[in-house]
Amino acid sequence: MRATCWEGKRTVKVETVPDPKILNQRDAIVRVTSTAICGSDLHLYNGFVPSMERGDILGHEFMGEVVEVGRSVKNLSLGDRVVVPFPIACGNCAMCQRDLFSLCENSNPNQWLARKLWGHSPAGIFGYSHLTGGYAGGQAEYARVPFADVGPLKVPSGMADEQALFLSDIFPTGYMGAEMCDIKRGDVIAVWGAGPVGQFAIASAKLLGAERVVAIDRFSYRLRIAKEKAGATDIINYEDTSVSEALMELTAGRGPDACIDAVGMEAHGHHPMYAYDRAKQALMLETDRPLALREAILSCRNGGVVSVIGVYGGFIDKFPMGSVMNRSLTIRTGQCHVQRYLKPLLERIERGEIDPSFVITHRLKLEDAPRGYEMFLHKEDGCEKVVLST
Amino acid sequence: MTSATHRYDYAGAERRREGNGGHADDGERMARALGVFSIGLGLAQVLAPHGVARAIGVEDDDGNRKTMRALGFREIATGVGLLTQQRLAPFAWGRVTGDAMDLALLGRAFNSRRNDRGRLAAATAAVAGVTILDLVASQRLTRSAEDSPISARVRRQGIRVHKAITIHRPLEEVYEFWRKLENLPRFMVHLESVRTLDDRRSYWKARAPLGLTVEWTAEIVEERPHELLSWRSVEDSQVPNRGTVRFVRAPGDRGTEVHLDLRYDPPAGAVGATIAKLFGEEPSQQVDGDLRRLKQVLETGEVVHSDASIHRGLHPARPPEEVPSQVAAGRSRSFASQNGGVE
Repeated sequence: MRATCWEGKRTVKVETVPDPKILNQRDAIVRVTSTAICGSDLHLYNGFVPSMERGDILGHEFMGEVVEVGRSVKNLSLGDRVVVPFPIACGNCAMCQRDLFSLCENSNPNQWLARKLWGHSPAGIFGYSHLTGGYAGGQAEYARVPFADVGPLKVPSGMADEQALFLSDIFPTGYMGAEMCDIKRGDVIAVWGAGPVGQFAIASAKLLGAERVVAIDRFSYRLRIAKEKAGATDIINYEDTSVSEALMELTAGRGPDACIDAVGMEAHGHHPMYAYDRAKQALMLETDRPLALREAILSCRNGGVVSVIGVYGGFIDKFPMGSVMNRSLTIRTGQCHVQRYLKPLLERIERGEIDPSFVITHRLKLEDAPRGYEMFLHKEDGCEKVVLST
Repeated sequence: MTSATHRYDYAGAERRREGNGGHADDGERMARALGVFSIGLGLAQVLAPHGVARAIGVEDDDGNRKTMRALGFREIATGVGLLTQQRLAPFAWGRVTGDAMDLALLGRAFNSRRNDRGRLAAATAAVAGVTILDLVASQRLTRSAEDSPISARVRRQGIRVHKAITIHRPLEEVYEFWRKLENLPRFMVHLESVRTLDDRRSYWKARAPLGLTVEWTAEIVEERPHELLSWRSVEDSQVPNRGTVRFVRAPGDRGTEVHLDLRYDPPAGAVGATIAKLFGEEPSQQVDGDLRRLKQVLETGEVVHSDASIHRGLHPARPPEEVPSQVAAGRSRSFASQNGGVE
C-alpha cells in the first residue's frame, strides 16, 4: 500500500510499504477513505517529538471502511464505515473504565520509553512516535486498528466523510478543551490559537453557552474563520494588539473566566520572550516554547480555569507558578479521551448544531501529502486544514 | 529435600537493589548529594564571592574575590559531573583533590592578621568534615566500579528483581492464572514452555541467545492459595533460581496487586555468561515488561502488539512483511484462552 512516512526533520514521503495485518484478535483493518494532517503532526514534522524513526507511518485522524476483523471483534462487519479515535484504548483497564481512554494502561507497548520521559505512560496513539507505542498511522491506504471493538464509531450512511472525519481528534479535542472550562452563564472564554483545534474549542465554547468567545492568533485569515464560521464574538491579532490589554478591556478588568491554550509547544510571539524560548529550545535547554500558556495563565481571572489542549512534549521554562498558586487558578489538561465524546458529538452533527467541515481549506490526494505538510506548516494559501483522500 | 520451610527473604530482596552491592548504591547516593552541594557552594562563590569570603573569615579584597570565583567554577564543574555522568568515581576523587586545595588555602589564610581566625577555624572544620564524606564516597564508588562488567557481577551476586503491578481483575482469577504454570510463557518472553510434572514439580525451558535453550526442573516450596506462591529450581539445576509471587487485594476495588520477587544465580563459566546475557543490562526492565504483558493478557485477553513492537528493538512503525511466529502463536493461544482459559 501507499503510506505517508516520516523520513527525518521536515521530510515526509509517500512510499510503498507492506499492507497491515491482523496482529491481535481485537484488531480490524480499515481501508482509509479520508485522513487529515493535524497540527500535532507538525510537531513530529519539525522534529520536536523524540523517538521518531525513519520510515514511521504518520497520521492519527482517519476514517474508512472495515475490510478485515479479528475473531474477537463482534460489533463491526465488513463494509462498515467507521471513524477511528486517535488514542488506542482497551476498554478493560482501570483508566478506560473511568472513561480516561487516552490513559489506557494496556495500549502502549513502549511504556518503558514513555516512563523515562514522563514518569508514567499514557495510551498508545496512531502514528505518533515510539513514545506512544510505535503504531503505524492512518495517512495511508490501509490501517490496522487495535481494540476495534472499543474505539471505532460507525458513521451513518447519509453523513459525508468530511462531516464525520474530525470526530477522530480535533472536534472532541476542542470540545474537551471547552468542557474543562466549566462554562457558566455570562462566561468569557479566551482561546489562544485559531488553528483547527482552536476553531473547535471556540465553536464548542459557544455550544456550551459561553457569553463571549475571544479568538487569539496572528493570521487574519484564521481569525476570519473564527469569527465567521466558529462563532467567536471577538478576535485579537497579537501581531498588532497587546493581548493582555485587549482582554482587560474586553472584560472590564476581570480577565477571561477561562483560557484555552490550543497552541502548545511551538508557540510564536514577537516579544523578547519568544527569542528567549527559541534560543533555549535550540540549545536543548527546554523542549517546548510555552508562550501561549504563560500568557493564558497571566490573563486568566482570579479563580479561573486554564484549559490546555495544545500538545506539550517535555519541559518548559519560566512557568508562572506564582500566578497559578496565589490566584487560585485551576489547570486542566490531557490528550482528549475521544471515545467518550464520539456519540454525543455525532448527535450534535446529526442535529445540525455544527458542521465540522467548516475548517477544511484544502483537499488533496494522499500522494500529495508532502505538499500538504509544507502548506500547513508555512500557512500558505490560507491553509487551515488539509484533508487527504485515497 | 524438605524445603517447605524455605521462606523468601522479602526485606532482603528489597534492600539489595537488582544485583548492585549496597555499598556501591550508598556511594552513588552520597556522590549525587555531594554534587548538589558542590553546585550550591559553587554558585554562591561565583555570584557572591564577598559574602562567602566574609562567612569563612577571609578579607574581601580583589585577589581573594578572584580566587573565590575560580574555586566556585571548580565546584560547579565537579558538581555537574557528579550529577550527570555515569562514571562517578573520577569526579568524586576530583572533589577530594579540591578539598585538599581548600584546606591548604585556609591554612595559608591563618598567617594573615587581617583575617578572622575564629571564622577560619570553623570553615576549616567544615571543609575537613566534607573531605571525610568525599573520601568515603570516592572509595565506595571505586570499589563498585571494579565490580563491572555486568556479567561478572551477575555471576558473583546473582540477579535479583522485585517488581509489582496492579491488575484490574479479581484476585482469585489472577492467582488461578498464575498457579497454572503453563500460562507463564504467555507473558514471560524468555520462557519457551513450562510443563507440569506433578502437583509440586514442573519442567521449565527458557530461550537463550544464539538459539540455545536452558532447561530446569522447579518445585513449589510454598503455596498459600490466593495469597502466595513460591518456587525454586531443584538441586543440580543449570541455573539455580527461585521466585515468589504475592497477591494482594488492591484498595478500593482497584483489582489485584501482584508482587514478584525473582532470583537467578547463574553459575560460573559459559552457561552462566549466557544466562547473564539473557537478562541483558536491565533485568528489572525485562521483568517489568513481563508483568505488563501479564496485565494485558488478563485485562484484554492477549499480549498487545503495535506495528513496531513485534520487531526486536526500535523499528519503524509500519506493518511487518511477515507476522512473526510468536505473534501467530500468541494468537492461537488467545483463541484457546477465550474458550475457557483466561476467563
